[in-house]
Amino acid sequence: MRTTRIAAAAAAALGILLATACTTDAPTEEAEDTATEAESGDEWFVQADYDRQLAQRDIEPEGDPATPWLQAIEPEWVDTSAFAQEGGDATVCFSNASVSNPWRVTGWITMQQQVQVLQESGQIGEFRHSDAGDDDDQQISDIQAFVDSGDCDALIISPSTTATLTPAVEAACESGVPVIIFDRGVNTDCAVTFIHPIGGYAFGADAAEFLVENLEPGSTVLALRILPGVDVLENRWAAAEEIFADSELEILGDEFTGGDAAEIKNIVTQYLQRGEVDGIWMDAGDGAVAAIEAFEDAGAPYPVMTGEDELSFMRKWQETGMTALAPVYSNFQWRTPVIAATMILAGEQVPAEWVLPQEPITEAELDQYLETNADMPSLHYAKFGGEDLPGFPDAWQDR
Amino acid sequence: MTRAKDLLLRATNPTATVFVLLVLVFAAVFAMNPGFFQGPSLMAFLKQAAPLVILAAGQYFVIVSGNFDLSVGALVGAQVVIAARLIDGEESRTAPVLVAMVLFGIGVGLVNGLITTALKVQSFITTLGMLLVLYGAIRLWTGGAPTGSLSESFRVFGRMGIEDVPVLGQIPWALLIMIAVGAGSVLLMRTRFGRVLMAAGDNERAAALSGARVGAARTLAFVLSGLSATIAGVLIGGFAGVSAQVGDGLEFTVITAVVLGGVVLGGGRGSVLAAMAGALVIEALFTLFNQMALPATLRPAVQGAIIIAAVAYAARRRPVPTATATPTPS
Repeated sequence: MRTTRIAAAAAAALGILLATACTTDAPTEEAEDTATEAESGDEWFVQADYDRQLAQRDIEPEGDPATPWLQAIEPEWVDTSAFAQEGGDATVCFSNASVSNPWRVTGWITMQQQVQVLQESGQIGEFRHSDAGDDDDQQISDIQAFVDSGDCDALIISPSTTATLTPAVEAACESGVPVIIFDRGVNTDCAVTFIHPIGGYAFGADAAEFLVENLEPGSTVLALRILPGVDVLENRWAAAEEIFADSELEILGDEFTGGDAAEIKNIVTQYLQRGEVDGIWMDAGDGAVAAIEAFEDAGAPYPVMTGEDELSFMRKWQETGMTALAPVYSNFQWRTPVIAATMILAGEQVPAEWVLPQEPITEAELDQYLETNADMPSLHYAKFGGEDLPGFPDAWQDR
Repeated sequence: MTRAKDLLLRATNPTATVFVLLVLVFAAVFAMNPGFFQGPSLMAFLKQAAPLVILAAGQYFVIVSGNFDLSVGALVGAQVVIAARLIDGEESRTAPVLVAMVLFGIGVGLVNGLITTALKVQSFITTLGMLLVLYGAIRLWTGGAPTGSLSESFRVFGRMGIEDVPVLGQIPWALLIMIAVGAGSVLLMRTRFGRVLMAAGDNERAAALSGARVGAARTLAFVLSGLSATIAGVLIGGFAGVSAQVGDGLEFTVITAVVLGGVVLGGGRGSVLAAMAGALVIEALFTLFNQMALPATLRPAVQGAIIIAAVAYAARRRPVPTATATPTPS
């Protein structure tokens, strides 16, 4: 009697395992079959965007390369004289999605430093900001509150998600305030300018191409991803899949880690137990060091690896001398929106879509970036672009 | 013959379900990849599993006395972030910071315990509040993302071990700490404190009327949970370094582990060894999913199904009032 129950429970558990194993095999094989064709049906893959971003990497941006946050790739200048204001002292409002990761924290400090400069020069009076803590509803009401207050001469929005925030942004545009969107986009072009680096496809492609170039055909690659369902991250992986599909590399798997270092180290350790891992592709640099340590602790040779321009990864890269690349999602873009606000309020032209350069950091530039940022904390981003601001370096060190 | 019957009875009692499940999962892992049971990879598995096992022991004390501690995940995260910020890479600060972490862990446990027992706030609410307080305070203090770094000597506990052991390779310190915590917990449950704790969870009134200091025992259980979160924090931080997400969701994983170990929510039943085995099962399941190359998106669903199946199976056994079905504390 009791034994039958055990048997039944065991059978049920095994049944579940086997059933899931079977059902999951099918789509993987299918994916392999269709991988040779263009996977344009993929929810997160738009061929036109992919092609455009990959092409933008090779276009020389307009503007001075010493100030990349003011450069723009193929800008279409729009007239803003309707928003011109006399006398400076404007109130600029900023609705921030969150400061919930080191990349956003770094950028937010840079933006505040830039604001200080503009306040001292009298171009901005008051700077108000709200932090929605990654909550769409909160951000919608934040934007509404700024619009209702009637005090904002310009409104900067860094949307938390694309579709949900679109109506709130449209409402803000209708109020007549010049709206500036940056980082993630929204489904409307009512904003005066939309500021962003080239994008996720370019990031993912930079990383994937580096692995293809630096690994022998037949090498194995493990992809570490943060979360499913976030467009900027999904685009990175979609581009990488596209490039890996045309290569001779064997992709061992793509794993979601939540950016948690312990999780990353577990996963990489387990893959190393099963066999060799020659390359690591990451959709963001969080926890990259934990992945490298997994190789050290397992006594395995260092992989060819792509992380991000987060200093902890770059320092480990320099220390170990491994073959690596730091793709960049330009953190200096946090400077641009406040500068754009002053330009718009002065009636100067701005690009309708302000595409900032986005260049990965290669081994040749590694030492130089680490030297510049020698005193910066490990979760700082090398291309933060604030070296010339008066608060440098204290503002970024003391966070 | 009687021995075989005895074994069978033991195997089917609710706390033993978890050991059966553990064997099953390990068998499945072995079938997928026999190499897993070679010394070094088994040691790596135990090193990585140790923090959850230790947390399960701490959570066991709280749950068996009739409460919950939802604050452990946030506490683990807070401890790691605090350690990184205070140590900031300086070796000399390691020892003082470790002492500070232990005091902080005890303090958080004490606050949880006193609010629950003295102010009679339900522990679910107390510790949920503590979770939010810790989460918010850490983000306020660090400005949203952790800063600083851990020293090499801090990381020894979670990352290093006794090297060059024949067959096994490295015996991780984390494993030895886990065994020590396990042994200590088993012994503790055999003392008067352990019996009071069990009695408090089983029938608070009866325990109080018989002269047991229920409140003190329950408070101490929270302190033990806080301590276990501190040890787990040291190990997790040592294992993988600092990240903003350390500890996220650990409270639910560990409560799942304890329940999987046959410990009844609401208290009064279950053994600490089985709770720790529950944590091992969860870690082994993660390993199995990885070996099977199960898509990450499907894993929580499969994990949930297995847990429900196991707990439902164990629960079916519980109402039978036989001597063997009443687990003894140990």
